[in-house]
Amino acid sequence: MASVKDLKTRITSVTSTQKITKAMQMVAAAKLRRARDAAESARPYATRMAAVIANLAAGVSGEGAPRMLVGTGSQQRELVVVATSDKGLAGGFNSSIVRAARDYIAGQIGAGKLVTVLPVGRKARDQLRRFYGERFIDAPEASVPSLAKAQEISDIITARFEAGEVDVVTLFYNRFVSVVSQVPTRRQVIPAQVSGTAPPIDLKGAIYEYEPDEETILAALLPRYLTNQILSAMLENQAGFFASQMAAMDNATRNAGEMIASLKLIMNRTRQAQITKELIEIISGAEAL
Amino acid sequence: MAEKLHFSLVSPERELFSGEVDQVDAPGTEGDFGVLPGHAPFMTTLKEGRVHVHVDQQEHVFEVRGGFADVTPQGLTILAEHAEEVA
Repeated sequence: MASVKDLKTRITSVTSTQKITKAMQMVAAAKLRRARDAAESARPYATRMAAVIANLAAGVSGEGAPRMLVGTGSQQRELVVVATSDKGLAGGFNSSIVRAARDYIAGQIGAGKLVTVLPVGRKARDQLRRFYGERFIDAPEASVPSLAKAQEISDIITARFEAGEVDVVTLFYNRFVSVVSQVPTRRQVIPAQVSGTAPPIDLKGAIYEYEPDEETILAALLPRYLTNQILSAMLENQAGFFASQMAAMDNATRNAGEMIASLKLIMNRTRQAQITKELIEIISGAEAL
Repeated sequence: MAEKLHFSLVSPERELFSGEVDQVDAPGTEGDFGVLPGHAPFMTTLKEGRVHVHVDQQEHVFEVRGGFADVTPQGLTILAEHAEEVA
């Protein structure tokens, strides 16, 4: 049985761990608020852009349509972009995205497709390397979501697409539903999915004018749409990450509390047992005289 | 002027302006243009420059880069990659 001193050491150690998890939880809560604000303020741009593209796409089809919108005519080569965070200690946040992506990749490979992988974030890279390391085309870090970062990733994707190396691009990320729920989500970004994103604008019978022409606008707009989709995925990830970390650290703090309580109980009992033993020894010693 | 135009200026980071205005002047790639209430549906890319917003004798000026303007019967929307208000 552990001595009182051993137990005391353990209690001290658990208490300091609890202090750390408690601090991490509070930091995550503060950062979550900021990440959520960022994700929310990026939404108007994304919705408007989707509406504009849906509107344009309805008018452009056939020969002149950009390939980013209508596809290359093949679906054989697929690039899977898996976006996670760089850091851990957030419960099942990263593993749930990676698991969803892995199942999907395995399915696509099984169906005879040529799959390449672009992990975004250190966790995706580390967790996927063992399975699909030889399929990686690059492995940028997620760092702090920003337009520049999203642009960097979007450039990697666009370069592959323009070079004719991929036909379809799919993006995996965690959609931020609420503080307690983040859903791993798959979204096809190339060819761009436009239908159903927004109701068509009612023009009241007027005819749209374009300057320059529709195709030029669309060609300029689509790469930005891609960047924007990546940015919003990163922002949602960021918010989800902090929410998940907050929950995980809250759990850890609670568990540490329970552990301290039970260790204290054992320690007090041990100490009491020792005192009783000493008393018995004294009394029986006195009686023997 | 009784009739107003709904105008919103959004960048990927945030919405910079949203509200009812009298007139908006913007730098289109094929020439600057002004939008008044009741403008015909119209879409254009923007070049780098300034967007002037007129509201009740007041003027707001924004510096925009890499954007699009979309005029619909619901109003004017400018999507700009970079935008900031010029004091």
